[in-house]
Amino acid sequence: MSAGAASDQTALKVDNLHVSFGNPRRGSLIRAVDGVSFSVRQGEIFGVIGESGSGKSTLGRCLVGLLSPSGGGVLHDGVDPFKFSRRELNRHRRKYQIVSQDPNAAFDPRMTILQSICEPLNIAGEGTKAERREKAFAMLDRVSLAAEMANRYPHEISGGQKQRANIARALMLDPNVIVCDEVVAALDVSIQADMLNLFARLQEQFGLTYVFISHDLRVVSHISDRVAVMYFGKIVEFGPAHAVIETPLHPYTEALRSAEPEINPAAADARQRIILQGEIPSAIAPPGGCRFHTRCPRVRDICRTQEPQQRELLPGRHVACHFAEEMLGEKERRSLDLAGRDGAHQSATAHTGR
Amino acid sequence: MQQLAETMVAGQDTLLDIQNLTLSLRDQSGWVEVLNNVSLSVKPKEILGVVGESGCGKSMTALSILRLLPPRDSRLGGKIMFGGQNLVSCSESQMNRIRGRHISMIFQEPMSALDPVFTVGYQIEETLRRHFKLDRREAAERAIAALDSVGIASPRRVATLYPMNLSGGMRQRVMIAMALVCEPRLLIADEPTTALDVTIQAQIMDLLLGLADRTGTAIMFITHNLGLVAQSCHRMVTMYAGQVVEGGPVRDVIAGPRHPYTAGLLHSIPDSNRARGTLPSIAGRVPSLRHMPKGCRFGPRCSYSMQPCELPQSIENECIEGVDRREVRCNRWDELELRGVGA
Repeated sequence: MSAGAASDQTALKVDNLHVSFGNPRRGSLIRAVDGVSFSVRQGEIFGVIGESGSGKSTLGRCLVGLLSPSGGGVLHDGVDPFKFSRRELNRHRRKYQIVSQDPNAAFDPRMTILQSICEPLNIAGEGTKAERREKAFAMLDRVSLAAEMANRYPHEISGGQKQRANIARALMLDPNVIVCDEVVAALDVSIQADMLNLFARLQEQFGLTYVFISHDLRVVSHISDRVAVMYFGKIVEFGPAHAVIETPLHPYTEALRSAEPEINPAAADARQRIILQGEIPSAIAPPGGCRFHTRCPRVRDICRTQEPQQRELLPGRHVACHFAEEMLGEKERRSLDLAGRDGAHQSATAHTGR
Repeated sequence: MQQLAETMVAGQDTLLDIQNLTLSLRDQSGWVEVLNNVSLSVKPKEILGVVGESGCGKSMTALSILRLLPPRDSRLGGKIMFGGQNLVSCSESQMNRIRGRHISMIFQEPMSALDPVFTVGYQIEETLRRHFKLDRREAAERAIAALDSVGIASPRRVATLYPMNLSGGMRQRVMIAMALVCEPRLLIADEPTTALDVTIQAQIMDLLLGLADRTGTAIMFITHNLGLVAQSCHRMVTMYAGQVVEGGPVRDVIAGPRHPYTAGLLHSIPDSNRARGTLPSIAGRVPSLRHMPKGCRFGPRCSYSMQPCELPQSIENECIEGVDRREVRCNRWDELELRGVGA
């Protein structure tokens, strides 16, 4: 694994990734992830935003090798994990951990927290029993969980504590990349703030790379360096977190931003509200043309027939919408500070598949 | 306690008036107090936000109002005045005439609130036929009209479907149709959009507020999402550990919280306008019901906690320009300068 946390090193590279479920002959093929490309640098926090059904969790599972791609591929630090034999994959997979949403479902109710946390090391066959325990206590300390929690059972601790234990377990094998799938969604705001702080601290301490998946725009934009917005299996917009949230260039991102309830009354008054009509369409029969056209407030004829290509509108900012340039123009006219800085082309690359 | 003279008649300025409500529940290890001296009120057509972390007693307050608690294992004290009646002492048959007709409720998880073995049309008809003298055909027509009013595209067809055939957003629309079909005077919405995506949440909130406005229904809106409260409520109360700790007009509370807990909740929300960095969070967690701290219940988590906080506190009131009241349960509220959001 890459030792130094040099930020130009690529930890994860996703190239035209497709993940499908179901049977194409029975006409029930679901393309959960449909041509997604991006790369995550070592030590970066990469956010993925999307509604339920956008394919973000499928993407997350595929990134750590829990699902196999049906097209395209994933490179872990330059190697393709899906070329490995099962045994090799299991060894390799240790460096790529996933922390999932529901901490209640993540623990075996018959095992104490300590037993659960030691389990990854038991499976990997690392260290003696004493060493494993020692490491487990060290990890509990890192995630600010009191040592006396170790001997409790999952039902005896709170959701926030369980989620901390969940993270401690993911850290046991010294991973390089952690996919965080909706890790704070089930928690109260005050606990959520604590967890986000914890994630940020651990990232610095261990030089971790995160793929941070969430439906919560605030959460993702707070923690991430760059974000990708997914809709219906595709990345519709992607770029530096702050820029994407502040000046969305895709109507979907704009709508998500506007749907997020605003606490500051002054900001709420100033903002124009866009309420999207309808719901995410059926996954079996995706709409033709642009997949967002059935709900898009800016829809025109071309959107119904032609799929927009993803292109780099501003350095590092990629958008797949026919009218992205138009939106950019509008925003510039509204004198939002988005001066078209030409210059350093960021190492990030993204393009739509096919 | 308040005099009986204050019990309101229709048209007076309080629709629901909860005074010193206490609730104890019994489990294997005995009785435990869940709500302690909760007082709050809802005016006609008003939207009241109730916020707080899980375990603060928000939902328990709602269930107490509708008396949806196990009768043998719960004990209610205080008063819940609604339409001149004290709901605490109403008989079960009196409650049955109120539930769904004058006060209705929307739950967080529509799938578990709808009956899986009946069509949604039938379930709406059932509510109607329970409270009005309608035959099946009339009830069916009104159910279809109700589905139409919540923006369901082909209501006649949807009425024949079962809950499992519908998406989460559609189910919540059905719940709203069912809750508002009798045009109740009070709707209790307990986290109605928490299980939904933000874009659907925006749709549902828009719909709910629009319909309530049209039917003149007041809403008690329970949520942990302060953004939604800021956006849609007139007044709010913050609950903590079974007590109301702060109350007042939404804009005033958000701009200048008086209780450290409300301030903590406001600041722990990530804000895209603020630079990335450590989020202010509230240390610790909600105390266990069996081990309530002495004095201020928020004391052990409060960064402003001092000597006087160990003394019992009461709700302190203050009128703002004679219009609306601010309430706070904190011994130090007038010395603290808590930062709000916005100006």
